[in-house]
Amino acid sequence: MLLLPIAVLAIEAFRATDPTTFEESWSTASIAAVTEGPYRRAYLGSLQLSAVTAVLGAALGLALAVAVLRARRGRLLRRLVLTASGVLANFGGIPLAFAFLATIGNAGVVTALLTDTLGLGLGGFSLYSMTGLALVYLYFLIPLMVLTITPALEALRPQWREAADNLGASSWQYWRHVGGPVLAPPVIGATMLLFASSFAAYATAKALVGSSVPLVTLQIADALSSNVVVGAENLGKALALGMVVVVGLVMAFYAWVQRRTQRWMT
Amino acid sequence: MTALAEGVAGAGSVEPPAPVRPVRRRGGWRVAVLVVLGLYFAIPLAASTWFTVRDRGAGGFTAEHYAGIPGAEGFAAAFGRSLALGALTVGLALLLMVPTIVLVELRLPRLRTTVELLTLMPLVVPPIALVVGVRSVLAWAPEHFYGTPVAEAMFALQEPALPWILVLVYVVLALPFVYRALDAGVRGADLRTLTEAARNLGASWPRVLVSVVLPVLRTSVLNASFLAFALVLGEYTVAAILGFETFPTWIVRISGSQPQLSVAVSVLSLVVTWGLLLLISALDRRRRIEETS
Repeated sequence: MLLLPIAVLAIEAFRATDPTTFEESWSTASIAAVTEGPYRRAYLGSLQLSAVTAVLGAALGLALAVAVLRARRGRLLRRLVLTASGVLANFGGIPLAFAFLATIGNAGVVTALLTDTLGLGLGGFSLYSMTGLALVYLYFLIPLMVLTITPALEALRPQWREAADNLGASSWQYWRHVGGPVLAPPVIGATMLLFASSFAAYATAKALVGSSVPLVTLQIADALSSNVVVGAENLGKALALGMVVVVGLVMAFYAWVQRRTQRWMT
Repeated sequence: MTALAEGVAGAGSVEPPAPVRPVRRRGGWRVAVLVVLGLYFAIPLAASTWFTVRDRGAGGFTAEHYAGIPGAEGFAAAFGRSLALGALTVGLALLLMVPTIVLVELRLPRLRTTVELLTLMPLVVPPIALVVGVRSVLAWAPEHFYGTPVAEAMFALQEPALPWILVLVYVVLALPFVYRALDAGVRGADLRTLTEAARNLGASWPRVLVSVVLPVLRTSVLNASFLAFALVLGEYTVAAILGFETFPTWIVRISGSQPQLSVAVSVLSLVVTWGLLLLISALDRRRRIEETS
């Protein structure tokens, strides 16, 4: 069920339709086309946005998870944060986009507050740009990080911290020599997951910016819905195959890091 | 590291050990993180609520956008379709995964890694790439199989009233979440002892599955169902590319003409989903307390 579409994708990305005779043939034209021009820009844009949001989301999500787990009498807070994370990370997409449109979109409440009431303006910020998209993406990436990293944080035994304290270690030394090395593999893994999730996101971007920002997912949808350009369908397949390859590379890198850290830890 | 080594050396020497430094725990940054991120998460929700309840003409408040949801054009059909798709997806995913996980746990523990990897695969494939592939496969029906039962079956899958093709794709997309939720439950329960006891008492395998395994796993089954259901209810990419109207694609369609309505539905769906998840986790906690006492 999963493999068939991907296999078909991998094969048909190498087919081309002749514009005049509509005959199909084997060709690398689609693959060549998606590595240059606007499509190249779309890949770079997607990669950049995903990398930035993944790192920011991982750092902020980790901080939030630690803060929530360490909070005194934090059981209710914890339950609220974890369930909210579950909703935002999985339900995501469209509702978030509209919530942000109502907040800092052109007719948004905060936009009106800042420009009309306070006379400050948004300082050049626009929701319909890469920065705007990053702001919305973080709204579901931070919860995703909280969800994936909380089990790893719970596995950090308080005894280790106490042992380090008793030996006179500072907080920095504890994190440098004990907590950090134990947490590094799950944190790297979660960051990769965030990257993949951000790279694959389509709904939010579609609802927010249409196709004014160069992103691969938006380009794919454009190519599929285009009735004008002959062979656009194959272009979409080539673009999609490229996405699978990129995420595959990221996962391979993750597996490599995982193996290295495991060898190092034992 | 040097400070640690010095400390160890000092402890062994004749000199009296240096007094242990008082442990300083500064919690200030935690409060800051909670406040800043709390604001980041609260402001869009609060602002959207404000956006939907203020009355632009009279300047007061109005609930008309919320009251107008059930009667809105196309809402009932799209929402009903999403609910049906969600129920079918949950049913199919559980039917597939519960026996698999139990079988792997009890009989084929060596396959655990393989199954885990397979179920995590959908996380690697972006939904939009998956749906492009699905579209190509569906295009075979008119191109290669026209007039055969295969084509008939493929057309039946794409019935706009209840597109089963979406159910199939959603089951694939939901696998990682369903697997992880169920796996957590299986690891927490001593399934082997329980099933062996039931088998020794003469229960058949189907009976073991229904009367022993399912009750033990009920929280994780509930969790898995909820996650899969929420995923289907919020899924936009696949439905939009394949051209079916579900709840999210309906929101996008009406957003142009009725922005307030679309925001009202968005806020409401987020809050209702959160409320349900809180309820499930509260039930789970109460059950755990009952069991321990």
